[in-house]
This record gives sequence, structure tokens and C-alpha cells, in this order.
Amino acid sequence: MKTKMSPNEYEKFIKDKVPKPKLFTNCLKAFVVGGLICDIGQFINNSLEGMKLNPEQVAAGTAIILVFLGAFFTGLGIYDKLGKFAGAGSIVPITGFSNSIVSPAMEFKREGYVFGVGARMFTIAGPVLVYGISTSVVIGIIHLLFFK
Amino acid sequence: MEYINAFIVGGLICVIGQILMDKTKMTPARVLVLFVTLGAVLQGMGIYQKLVDIGGAGATVPLPGFGYALAKGAIKGVKESGLIGAFTGGITGTAGGITGAIVFGYLMSVLFNPRSKK
Repeated sequence: MKTKMSPNEYEKFIKDKVPKPKLFTNCLKAFVVGGLICDIGQFINNSLEGMKLNPEQVAAGTAIILVFLGAFFTGLGIYDKLGKFAGAGSIVPITGFSNSIVSPAMEFKREGYVFGVGARMFTIAGPVLVYGISTSVVIGIIHLLFFK
Repeated sequence: MEYINAFIVGGLICVIGQILMDKTKMTPARVLVLFVTLGAVLQGMGIYQKLVDIGGAGATVPLPGFGYALAKGAIKGVKESGLIGAFTGGITGTAGGITGAIVFGYLMSVLFNPRSKK
């Protein structure tokens, strides 16, 4: 396999062969942003613990504050910009869950407050709740039958 | 140390989501549904609690943590009130997050207008 290539051809040849680092950089961004959002959650969690709340109140309070932040920054248009950079890093945390509620609801406001906002809020949150809650009921019943 | 663990565990869960989205062309919605279900199933087997013990908010903040809280609540419900508890426990354990998401989600959707497409 001896062929002569001009520098330009060679460069193109190499460019085609080298795998694009897109997946790696995407994962790195997702890791850093996702990790940071979890650290914000950890900070809220620790702050609430410091207020002498019981573990259940701490968990609920942390979720409520994070969900608020996700919704608020989506409203400001900042969260979607973060999403373009971070990918799964901003989608997978619970703040992404509230982003998935506000984003379509805002977009379809012109269709009214019932079928626009009220219904579109659950475009993604709906399936998440359906599968999450259904799975939890099945797990509860399995525990009732086999582990009680 | 707590913050480092949360960062690493939370970051890695997001990386798994990123790989699924890039490699299998799964939409974000499917990833979220998969993660919630997975978190619930893993907690049903008692596994996810171990990840929570290590990662703290790193394990509870990502969506599998929501599934974990649902399953944990359902199991607690069953222990306290049998079959009825299987139905009430999940949402009881996650009531704050779900209600917060609905109320704040609605509020922000009404207050703000989309600004990306202008």
C-alpha cells in the first residue's frame, strides 16, 4: 500500500480516520455540570440539616428548592442555554425535570392556559411520573408479597 | 469529601445519560423515563440506597434518585399499612418535589415568555 499523497490529502485522510472527540467532550461537560448541580443540592441539603429538620423534611425541602431553581432559570432563559452546553448534565438532575415542565408549557402558552400551559407541562414529566409511580407500586406489592 | 463524592457520583450518572443520548439516539424524555424506572427498580432490590450512602445528593438529585425516593416511599408504606401503602407510599415520599414541580412549573410558565426564538 504505497500511494503518494499531497499534504492536503494526507491531512484529510487522517481527519477521516481519527475518531471525533465529540462523545468525550460531551461526557466531560455533562460530568462537570451534573456534578456541580449535585453539589448545589448537597449544599442545600446540608443547610436544611443545619436547621434541625428531620431527614424526610430535608429530602423534601432540597427537592422543592432545586425544582424551584430549575423552573426559575428556565423562565429566565438561562437553563436552556446551559442545556445546549451541558447536554445530559443539565437534563438528568431534578432541575432538568422542572426544565422539562416549564420549557414546553411556556412555548405553547398561546394555545391557552388549559391545553397550552396545563397540558404541555406534562409532555415529558407525565411519562416520567407514569412510569416512576407505577414502578413504585409494583415494587411495593412485591415487597408486600415476598419480604413482609 | 462529601462534596467530592456528590460531584463524582452525580457527574457519572449524567455521563451515563450523555452516552445513552449520543450512542443510542435516545431522546432526553426516554432517558429520564428509563432513569426513574431504573432508580426505583434498583431501590426495590436495595441497591440504590448504597449509592445514596456514598454519593449523598450526587445520587438523590439526578432522576434515578427520584425513582429511588418513590420506591423507598412505597416500601415504607407497605411496612406501615400493607397494600394501601403500596399505593400511597410512593407519592407521600416525593410529595414535596412533585407538588413543587407542578406549582413552580405552572407559575414560571405563566410569568415568563420563551426568549430563544426571537
